[in-house]
Amino acid sequence: MSKVITPPVSQMKASRGGTLYRGREGMWSWVLHRITGVAIFFFLLVHILDTALVRAYNAVISSYKNPIMGLGELGLVGAIMFHALNGLRIILIDFWSKGVKYQRVMFWVVVGVWVVLFAGFAPRHLINVFSEVGH
Amino acid sequence: MAKTATPSAVQAFTIQLIVSRFNPETDEESRWESFDVEVFSTDRVLDALHKIKWEQDGSLTFRRSCAHGVCGSDAMRINGRNRLACKTLIKDLDITKPIYVEAIKGLPLEKDLIVDMEPFFAAYREVKPFLIANSKPEKGKERLQSIENREIFDDTTKCILCAACTTSCPVFWTDGQYFGPAAIVNAHRFIFDSRDDSAKERLEILNDKEGVWRCRTTFNCSEACPRGIQVTQAISEVKAAVLRGRP
Repeated sequence: MSKVITPPVSQMKASRGGTLYRGREGMWSWVLHRITGVAIFFFLLVHILDTALVRAYNAVISSYKNPIMGLGELGLVGAIMFHALNGLRIILIDFWSKGVKYQRVMFWVVVGVWVVLFAGFAPRHLINVFSEVGH
Repeated sequence: MAKTATPSAVQAFTIQLIVSRFNPETDEESRWESFDVEVFSTDRVLDALHKIKWEQDGSLTFRRSCAHGVCGSDAMRINGRNRLACKTLIKDLDITKPIYVEAIKGLPLEKDLIVDMEPFFAAYREVKPFLIANSKPEKGKERLQSIENREIFDDTTKCILCAACTTSCPVFWTDGQYFGPAAIVNAHRFIFDSRDDSAKERLEILNDKEGVWRCRTTFNCSEACPRGIQVTQAISEVKAAVLRGRP
């Protein structure tokens, strides 16, 4: 007969707090929008500070010229592009009468446009970043 | 004549159901408990829970009334999605893996799969979900409404107040003050009813910091609704009505 067993830990994909909600495109686009939004906010905070302090500006900008900051810039551009494109999607959901209906399609359009833009930017940027290292 | 063969017995199969348990008298937090249950392909998650309660562990606690998707008592999170246990066929889930069943989130947990629904109904009451009409219908007649006018809010009349939408909303999980999708759906049902005269009042109630503007259009509510209500669409229509100042 069936008996009560305690599942082995390896099967416990669910944590004590519960399972992760399995939302679809709408939920994950919101999660990404939040993460990229907060990341961009912290960048802007630092960026406004370093441009505001004129004396520190040159020192800060020259310190950006290393591969780690270069990769950070790559991430920053990726985050801004997603946040901008998904922002347009949200505006359409709110103000276009058919926006709600096509929200899922619009999400994949956002992803598609993001991939195209990023593919155009990333190689050019990485060449710049790593060719300047030697100088 | 050949003897008619006895119809072969319907094939039963065993599934593993992992249920979130919480006993307020002994537990500090909920824990997972696993049950092996023999079910048929026609069984729903609710049938499996019944089998556990009746044959294995009578202390398992959950709500259900009609058991046929009408009363809205047995909303729970099944494999990470809010569903009615009585409308979820086990064979539609991945039975090669354990099935996780837990209480809906965002409302105070009372026991096992039961939550305190009071905050949910308090938000529902706040939007005045009843007809408020200033005029009297003609003596002996009902209030008339055209088919087109009825159509406008047809979708939101389907709500059974199961809370699957409200408790699938990430905003509601972290901000219990938010009215939540279900309350807005039921406000929508009267805001856009041509026989009702209190749309402005309801729009004012929902034009609040914790009203429609808390909606972040994650669409979890529309995916979760067991009645197929386009919840996010309804919320969007209320948002637009707030901006217009009229339905």
